[in-house]
Amino acid sequence: MRLKTMIGGKTYAFDSVKQVLAKANEKKSGDELAGLAAENDSERIAAKEVLSDLLVSDLRSSPAVDYEKDDVTRMDQDSVEPAVYDKIKNWSLGELREWLLDYNASEADIKYLSKGLTAEVIAGVTKLMSNLDLIYGASKIRIETTCNTTLGKRGTFSTRLQPNHTVDDVDGITASVYEGLSYGVGDALIGLNPVNDTVSSVKEVLKRFDEIKNQLEIPTQQCVLAHITTQMEAVKEGAPTDLFFQSIAGSQKGNEAFGFTTETIEEAVDLLEQKGTAKGPNRMYFETGQGSELSSMAHYDTDQVTMEARCYAYAKKFQPFIVNTVVGFIGPEYLYDSTQVIRAGLEDHFMGKLTGLPMGCDCCYTNHMAAGQNDIENLTMLLAAAGCNYIIGVPASDDVMLNYQTNAFHDAAAVREVLGLRPIREFEAWLEKRGILERGKLTERAGDLTMFTGR
Amino acid sequence: MKERELIDIIAREVMAVLYGEERQEEPLPDISSGEYKAGIKLAQAENPLALDAMRKKTPARIGIGKAGPRLNTKTLLALRADHASAKDAVLKSVDESILKKLGLFSVQSLCQDIDEHLTRPDLGRQLSEETKERLLERCVHGPQVQIYVSDGLSSLAVDENISDILPVMLDGLKAKGIKTGTPFFVKYGRVPTMDVISETLDAEVTCVLLGERPGLAAAGSMSAYIAYGAEVGMPESRRTVISNIHTKGIQPVEAGAYGAEVITKILEAKASGVDLKL
Repeated sequence: MRLKTMIGGKTYAFDSVKQVLAKANEKKSGDELAGLAAENDSERIAAKEVLSDLLVSDLRSSPAVDYEKDDVTRMDQDSVEPAVYDKIKNWSLGELREWLLDYNASEADIKYLSKGLTAEVIAGVTKLMSNLDLIYGASKIRIETTCNTTLGKRGTFSTRLQPNHTVDDVDGITASVYEGLSYGVGDALIGLNPVNDTVSSVKEVLKRFDEIKNQLEIPTQQCVLAHITTQMEAVKEGAPTDLFFQSIAGSQKGNEAFGFTTETIEEAVDLLEQKGTAKGPNRMYFETGQGSELSSMAHYDTDQVTMEARCYAYAKKFQPFIVNTVVGFIGPEYLYDSTQVIRAGLEDHFMGKLTGLPMGCDCCYTNHMAAGQNDIENLTMLLAAAGCNYIIGVPASDDVMLNYQTNAFHDAAAVREVLGLRPIREFEAWLEKRGILERGKLTERAGDLTMFTGR
Repeated sequence: MKERELIDIIAREVMAVLYGEERQEEPLPDISSGEYKAGIKLAQAENPLALDAMRKKTPARIGIGKAGPRLNTKTLLALRADHASAKDAVLKSVDESILKKLGLFSVQSLCQDIDEHLTRPDLGRQLSEETKERLLERCVHGPQVQIYVSDGLSSLAVDENISDILPVMLDGLKAKGIKTGTPFFVKYGRVPTMDVISETLDAEVTCVLLGERPGLAAAGSMSAYIAYGAEVGMPESRRTVISNIHTKGIQPVEAGAYGAEVITKILEAKASGVDLKL
């Protein structure tokens, strides 16, 4: 294993695979905060060169957290299919990158190869990819999942309707649901981030979503993104939910900081099979985001891209219906500006897809970052071109509860039209029946939330 | 009749010259105001009454119409105006004249500039040895309650609220016979900066009035974080928080009075955060 290289007469040497992975990252404020980032661009490129010559086996044998003390590592390592791994273990990361981009690598080939990759290998090859590489590579891979409906088919671009409210007023939430539906948003999910993480509040909102969904006969899914244990209690008390949601991290310690264990998720999956309202088989919803491990000191001196890849390895185990990175939510100490957010969004989408996940993205930013709505619209177009399964939609981009901005209800229709994409077939048919969409364009009537007041 | 008309016209002209400009000077619409946003409304809803009723149920920007698939111009500009206010609230400095009027002296965390403040929360939590000495020189030692002010992520929150909240809080505590320390201002501060301040000044209870990360709805939102026996490295769950203090949320004067009540209870219970049942 070679851990040094030369650029312009200067030798750059690294201590470990972990350090090479960290320093090979594109510039991120979170890696700088963690004290792991390259000192300068030359060192960054040196690390990328060293990384390109490391073997798949070198990365597999250097997991970010020890196998013995971390169940994320155990689940990832144990899921590797030996026959696939044996074929690629002596490939360099540079060769892996070129293989993925090669015309000969079909979607089926990539999905087969994915069974031999661990999170560290996926993170490694991502660090060798340019932004367009990440878009092109991801665009080869489609991941379809089924809950009530099937998401992720080539040519579709879906949305989660996020009708958040400052005090969880159910009628106020309903008004935002109607608003979103009237713009053709919501084929992936109608899902609320609640203010009140209480069983009674979660039950009340789920009940309302269920009424709306059934009375209007909307082909979609519903869930309330409370803590998983709160959602489980609500379902045990008879609340109707299609999906369980949980934020996840790339280490067991990070997941414990989120207040759950692997046993919790396993129990949740069982509970939904028995008491959930969805057909399935995919019934979980996970959210991730670069930097969350560092924020709970659960990163084990590992860079944030590698930890993010480990979230996906963890998520895969539970065959989720949808997964998205909440890419710009955590703030400028992790992703400083638009360059970093756009890069992270493309990395996360690519890594998720290569892992085999139905990847979406919450293209978002906070007001203390050096980013704005224009940047998020750019990222949305890039991700839609890359084949991203879904984005988030809120009224006029302003989430009044989470105090951040993401995509407006008005964004998806424009993106679809520009790139020739569609909502999923059943949902499009529903929109046409309701007079919201005609030949792929929003109608005059679209945007009038009062069309649903008669239900 | 003709003369009369002529006289009227002349009179109108003269009036227009004399008062016209003044009369035409209508108040400018403030594009960040609630009235301006209330005017951004779907022109032809199928059920106009329901539209108004639903818009009252949520602060979200709904029933706003569209241009093709996109936002209409007024919505776009109102959003940009709110985002601009929020960004300015983060990047600006606190108005020195307000601090002066309240008699607050200033110290700074280990952060050197706003960029470092935004990207290095670890440095924002710390004070240099010189700063600690300065605090010891200028402040009462071992107060029952140490209140201080910090910019956090919104200097605007300090500008807009502090003149109302701080005197009310101090007076409220004084009226109860509680001994408060010397208030001051910390630039580039984070919430846990209060822990090192508590240790430095040996305060029984420490309270920071701090600017929160701005949303589009309120760029100047402040919170009061209060802790009993605050110490470096303690869990976040030991802080009691009064949040959403701004002119459209909890009024700063009310928050000051409420804060004094909460602090009194914390002193009595000798506990704060999850350890305190309010």
